[in-house]
Amino acid sequence: MENSETKHINGYGVYIVVWVGLLVLTSLTVSVAGINLEQYTLFIALTIAAVKSYLVITIFMHIKFDDPIFKLFIIVSILTLFVIFVLTFIDYSFR
Amino acid sequence: MTQNNAAEHNHDIHRDDVGSKMGMWLFLITELLLFGGLFLVYAVYRFTFPEQFSLAAMELNTTVGTLNTIILLTSSLTVALSIAALQKKNKFLSVIFLVLTEIFALEFMVNKYFEWSAKISHGIYPGSEELLNRSDGEILFFGLYYTMTGIHGLHVIIGMVLLFIMMILIIKNKITSDNLISLENSGLYWHLVDLIWIFLFPLFYLIN
Repeated sequence: MENSETKHINGYGVYIVVWVGLLVLTSLTVSVAGINLEQYTLFIALTIAAVKSYLVITIFMHIKFDDPIFKLFIIVSILTLFVIFVLTFIDYSFR
Repeated sequence: MTQNNAAEHNHDIHRDDVGSKMGMWLFLITELLLFGGLFLVYAVYRFTFPEQFSLAAMELNTTVGTLNTIILLTSSLTVALSIAALQKKNKFLSVIFLVLTEIFALEFMVNKYFEWSAKISHGIYPGSEELLNRSDGEILFFGLYYTMTGIHGLHVIIGMVLLFIMMILIIKNKITSDNLISLENSGLYWHLVDLIWIFLFPLFYLIN
């Protein structure tokens, strides 16, 4: 594998926009936590955390501009983790 | 391929940037599984003791947690900016952004120190008499709190050391605009630390 000669270089602006987005999502998750939404509280908190992670992985960690193999790495590992969670909870609920 | 004119003898040294990035990502995935296991333990016990988990979580300081989230997100930004600056051949700005990252990381750890000392001075730490008199769910919550934020804090310290070394290498021109894979990989590590915190924060500080 050779070092690609035309590497994608981001401007500072993209990172700052993403950072502002992350701060907005943080204030959103904090204010939503103050409202009592019963069983949806955890779901909403985790959805916001997932959106934040998506932003960090694609832009800050540069996955959007890297070789597609890295996307595969991440998808496979997240799916593995998901399967582990599902299997554990199946075991847990039928005890 | 390398355009390193400072060191002539470097001309035909083989470099594989994509390969070393792959190695870094594989390592990050093992980190993900390490924390994934801890999150799994957390999930099972939270479903077993939902009321006791909320009761215990109320004792954590949401303000400090939110502040630390903002600090860590901002430090992620400065690392990304540091890499971008070096890619644009602005060595000075790149070092400045790394210094800022170190300051944010230190601030995070200082907040963590005060947070933990406040808890410990109230007698809440694993195995303490105060904690052992409480319900099982509360004992488990604080056990997980200390374990998970503790391992996360350890990663923050490792990341600080790593980024400090990168800073020295940039100053010494060992990392340059056409040879910055080690800086990029250290940046990836730092973003992972941020990612873990993105999940730790709502799960420990925002249960109502």
